Amino acid sequence: MAMLRGFLILTVYFMVGEAVRVLLALPVSGGVIGMILLTLTLMARGTISDSLAGASRALISVLVLLIMPGVVGVFFVADEFAGQWLAVGVALVIGTLLSVLTTLWLMQRFSGQKGESHE
Amino acid sequence: MSELSGRFQELLAMMSTSPVLAIVLTLGAFFAGNRLFRLLKHPVWLPPILISAMLVGGVIAVLAIDYRDYREGAQWLVVLLGPATVALGVPLYQQMHHIRAMWRPIVFTLPVAATLAAVYAVVIAALLGASPEVLASLAPKSVTAPIAIGITEQLGGSVSLMMGGLLITGIMATLFVDLLARWLSITDPRILGLALGLNGHAIGTARAFELGPMAGAFASLGMGLTGIFTALILPLAFRLTGIG
Repeated sequence: MAMLRGFLILTVYFMVGEAVRVLLALPVSGGVIGMILLTLTLMARGTISDSLAGASRALISVLVLLIMPGVVGVFFVADEFAGQWLAVGVALVIGTLLSVLTTLWLMQRFSGQKGESHE
Repeated sequence: MSELSGRFQELLAMMSTSPVLAIVLTLGAFFAGNRLFRLLKHPVWLPPILISAMLVGGVIAVLAIDYRDYREGAQWLVVLLGPATVALGVPLYQQMHHIRAMWRPIVFTLPVAATLAAVYAVVIAALLGASPEVLASLAPKSVTAPIAIGITEQLGGSVSLMMGGLLITGIMATLFVDLLARWLSITDPRILGLALGLNGHAIGTARAFELGPMAGAFASLGMGLTGIFTALILPLAFRLTGIG
């Protein structure tokens, strides 16, 4: 029951997010708007109920389950993108290598300036 | 015998029009994938989601079920992605004191790194001659799935290809963070966590929790902020550059 109450809150925020997206014609998904609204609400209130914390933990722990049906589709789109798999593969592998390198370098640089004795 | 196989065909036809089979398959593969992952001693290159997806793919290929029928049935689960995205706001709120403590490096790193994560992939793919639809599918590759689906739909990409890109990116990000951190001798769990979440979304975040709660917290943070930032910037960038 407590979990369902948290789930209701999350779903209401999602619904409000969708409504805001449509009414203001925003280029962001309703889920993201709902997430921002929820974060702002929690920051303003300064506290979170156990039911909301529990429901969100439960949903986040099954994220993999929720995205899996979409992932399965990759095995069935081969003919849609014939001839482009090399471009896709190289872009993903080299692009990710470069972006990980960029992130680590920037974070090390900007947090290192505050002094290495920090850790 | 042929009568029995006729009935079997009938059963399959009935099952593929009802969402029950898709839900059982998805849930079953989810648990089987997690168990196999543990049995194989947590291989970095083969995350549970890939095992589960291959199991589902294999079963629907063997039973000759149309992927679209499967996806339609599984939609009953996918509906929960909306509330799940909203739920990411909870760790964001809970880690607000960490964000405040590390605000400077995060503020300088995140917008640049999140933008470049998309730019590197799109530029490389464009140079190799990929179509606009493929570019739109690759751009949100470092964004967590519920947000990435919305972005790809708006950019006019293919959700299936985007999901595949997301999966490969997540695996590559966990591999490269391990390798490059060793090479640059970075051991700060806050930096490793943020890099995992920023580049590798949910898959990287799961890996970060294996490194410890601190890395996990920063991965959730990196994943959430990258998702918001990219969702706000990418549709505008595509509109301005006219790729989509």
